[in-house]
Amino acid sequence: MNTMLTEEGTFSDAHPLLPTRQQVAGFGFYLYLLSDGILFASLFAAFAVLRGATDGGPQIQSLFELKNAYIETVALLTSSFTCGMAMIAADRRRRIKAQLLFLATVLLGLAFLNIEVHELFKLSASGATFSSSAAMTAFFTLVGTHGLHVTVGLIWLLISMAQIHFKGITDGVFRRLICFSLFWHVLDIVWIAVFTFVYLVGAAP
Amino acid sequence: MSATSTVIQPGSERTPGLRRSGSHGSWQSYVIGYVSAMVLTAASFWLAKSPLITPSSATAAVAVLAIAQMLVHLIFFLHINTSPEHKTNIWAFILTMVIIVLVVVGSMWIMEHLNDNMMPMDKVIDAQR
Amino acid sequence: MFGKLTLHDIPFDQPIIMGTCLVLIIAIAGIVAYLTVARKWAWLWKEWLTTVDHKRVGIMYCLLAAVMLLRGFSDAIMMRSQLALASHDHPGFLPPEHYDQVFSAHGTIMIFFMAMPFVVGLMNFVVPLQIGARDVAFPVMNAVSFWLTAAGALLINLSLGIGEFARTGWLAYPPLSELAYSPGVGVDYYLWALQISGVGTLLSGINLVTTILKKRAPGMRMMTMPVFTWTALASNILIIASFPVLTATLGMLILDRYLGGHFFTNDGGGNPMMFINLIWTWGHPEVYILVLPPFGVFSEVMATFSGKPLFGYRSMVVATMVITLMAFTTWVHHFFTMGSGADVNAFFGITTMLIAIPTGVKVFNWLFTMYGGRLVYSSPVLWTIGFMVTFTIGGMTGVLMAVPPVDFALHNSLFLIAHFHNVVIGAVVFGCFAGFTYWFPKAFGFSLDERLGKSAFWCWFAGFYLAFMPLYALGLMGMTRRLNHYDNPAWTPYLLVAWSGAMLILVGIILQIAQLIISIRTRSRRRVKADPWNGRTLEWAISSPPPVYNFATLPMVDRIDPYWSAKVNGTPLMSYASEEIELPKNSSLGFLMAFFAVLGGFGMIWHAWWAAVVSLIAITALMARESWDEDDSYTVSPEPARSTR
Repeated sequence: MNTMLTEEGTFSDAHPLLPTRQQVAGFGFYLYLLSDGILFASLFAAFAVLRGATDGGPQIQSLFELKNAYIETVALLTSSFTCGMAMIAADRRRRIKAQLLFLATVLLGLAFLNIEVHELFKLSASGATFSSSAAMTAFFTLVGTHGLHVTVGLIWLLISMAQIHFKGITDGVFRRLICFSLFWHVLDIVWIAVFTFVYLVGAAP
Repeated sequence: MSATSTVIQPGSERTPGLRRSGSHGSWQSYVIGYVSAMVLTAASFWLAKSPLITPSSATAAVAVLAIAQMLVHLIFFLHINTSPEHKTNIWAFILTMVIIVLVVVGSMWIMEHLNDNMMPMDKVIDAQR
Repeated sequence: MFGKLTLHDIPFDQPIIMGTCLVLIIAIAGIVAYLTVARKWAWLWKEWLTTVDHKRVGIMYCLLAAVMLLRGFSDAIMMRSQLALASHDHPGFLPPEHYDQVFSAHGTIMIFFMAMPFVVGLMNFVVPLQIGARDVAFPVMNAVSFWLTAAGALLINLSLGIGEFARTGWLAYPPLSELAYSPGVGVDYYLWALQISGVGTLLSGINLVTTILKKRAPGMRMMTMPVFTWTALASNILIIASFPVLTATLGMLILDRYLGGHFFTNDGGGNPMMFINLIWTWGHPEVYILVLPPFGVFSEVMATFSGKPLFGYRSMVVATMVITLMAFTTWVHHFFTMGSGADVNAFFGITTMLIAIPTGVKVFNWLFTMYGGRLVYSSPVLWTIGFMVTFTIGGMTGVLMAVPPVDFALHNSLFLIAHFHNVVIGAVVFGCFAGFTYWFPKAFGFSLDERLGKSAFWCWFAGFYLAFMPLYALGLMGMTRRLNHYDNPAWTPYLLVAWSGAMLILVGIILQIAQLIISIRTRSRRRVKADPWNGRTLEWAISSPPPVYNFATLPMVDRIDPYWSAKVNGTPLMSYASEEIELPKNSSLGFLMAFFAVLGGFGMIWHAWWAAVVSLIAITALMARESWDEDDSYTVSPEPARSTR
């Protein structure tokens, strides 16, 4: 299986110009992330168009507490940092260190979700629900879709941590961890757009 | 035929000969990225609520800070650089950005014109009653 | 347990539907009986249901397209027949609420479940062969893509006998598609079928772009790729860029219908026009997704059967990529009349006219390829020439409607219907048939009966003109689309001619089915070797059908049309040594995911929430299990690579 041809002028699968499975997987997943960026762009477009359509209700900026948005942002950003450090540990096959850093990532991600869910529930309880107006629907959908991605990411990370626990950091596990880390970093990039254009733009001083 | 360790096997995961940590950069990269991002975030939140500048300037400022922070993420967390292996990635990213701008800005432009020309829906319904 | 589904939702009182369902049930029962008696279940599971071989997946896509063509065409015949009958006092045989479902199903099926699978199937089969690869970049994900598309098709077909379909047209514009005006399950069938198959299509786009950019044979630079591969790359880039918009937009409509959202409702500040804006942001790139690979087919066919290289390779590539970029700059031309004003309309009118330019470059290149060559009039060539004539006419009517003031008179008239059928049938359908007849011998190792194939072409060609040219006239006379009854006697002769055209196309389809049956039955007399057409590209260098691993050793490539050069110069294309080859194992992930997708979709449609929850958990578990097992390949020893002669 691991043979290489030795005749002159011949190629085999083991050609140095063909990318590795890891590179191919990483590139394919990167393309998926770009497509997800366009998905979010559509939701942003809907939000941009509908943000003023409050059906007589208050402008959405007046409903936000920026302090919570700031704490969420810090939590998610820090989780991106711990994820990156975890990947360095995983690359060096330092299992325990990687697992601890991934655990930190999970906890910070959960903190983000916790604050966000609380905020959305509070809004709903105060009368600004998903169905109140087009603006609220667009807001809940944009923020909710991002939160859903974070949730899926955390489930993915937990399954990955289980795989590390039972199988160790094999080549396949590492390949998928690379995909996860790409996903997690891009989610943080999308959040930058969310907190800037949803929460900060138009915020009253 | 015997295996040579410098050969990439079909389905193999790693490219022997490359630095083991080739694709993830160093911890310094993450620290610089993290600190820069924290600073940019704090600046954004402070500017948005600052009474010192007008709302439209605040909008422009936070937009610029957002783009800067996205670049920080791309460079320090995702390690996108201008090396040859990354050339395709950068083109893909640029194309995606172009499409995102077309979709978002295009939709806003079109819908603004449509809204200008159309009676608001609730008045349409009232008129039909 | 069944949500809101009851026995009353089965349309026992509609004879046409019940008749169709009976035929379908008998056909399925017959297949099941055959498989049981011939003990072929294990074979079916191992060779087709769990295959990850791109060639098999491509064939399954094309089979799905063929089956759905029959369903979509039946809708067409029903519409033409209804309009041939239903003038003045005669109500026809299709009441409006039924007719509305027929034209909605016709469009949805033809675009999403006939044209897309056909094009994707051809790309799946051909692209790895043309670039000298063993398979696509992600073989298991490839199978998942196919099965999710099939799941969507199954849901659409279920809507025939259980419940109803959407009555909104194939793009389900709100507010009609909102819950207030479409309270039934029809729109929900539409939405879930498209969301599920849309995921499959997006994954397929990612797969093929990665394959083309990362898995080419060493030495094959981008500017030496075959033109069909270039158009496949362009089409899949458009898929990655545009399908997320479709997913988001349909998702927003789902949120409106299921959770009381107000994206596109009449009340609460909703904006129905935003749906139209976003859906066409997807919709226009979609038509280029469909048409670019057929353009690639024509390039391959023209070059091969003229015996000369394609004229203007470089300009073809540039024109293709320019079309790809510009596909995202023209979408408002689908709703000029909806009030965006002169500024917006002028901009998009100009871009629409501009995008005709690279298309024209391609047409001239095909003409110049033919010039000076010795054209062989095989059936792929007939389809190609038929395309060139037909598509050019259709393209011209498109440029006509790109002028906003003209479009104000013609929007949503039969002129529009004639235009888009002109370009879609002329380019996409004819192109898929050209590709099908061209690559069929490669896929199956025997040829198709040429006489029947040519007869089928002429029936389609003449039938198309009979069916659609009258519609241009009717559109100019003021007849709008989606009418199930009319009162103007001047229109009747045209509608009768149009009906006869549909009948002629039906004859063409019957001839195609006959061609398949007869060719399969006489296949032992029709065996072909590697290169039945004297081809130019790599797929003709390997046996017909190719071995599972495609190439025993990866070919050496350093120029365009490498196989042709090797033939002409007598140089070897591949080495002769044999080594063990690593191949991906079969996987049941695709089939099982699709099973649960149908269950979950059906559950969401009928509000049986437990089914959706179960399906979500099952799909997650299946994906986790797939990722847990790393033993996903096996090795084979190839037969010795043969020389290229």
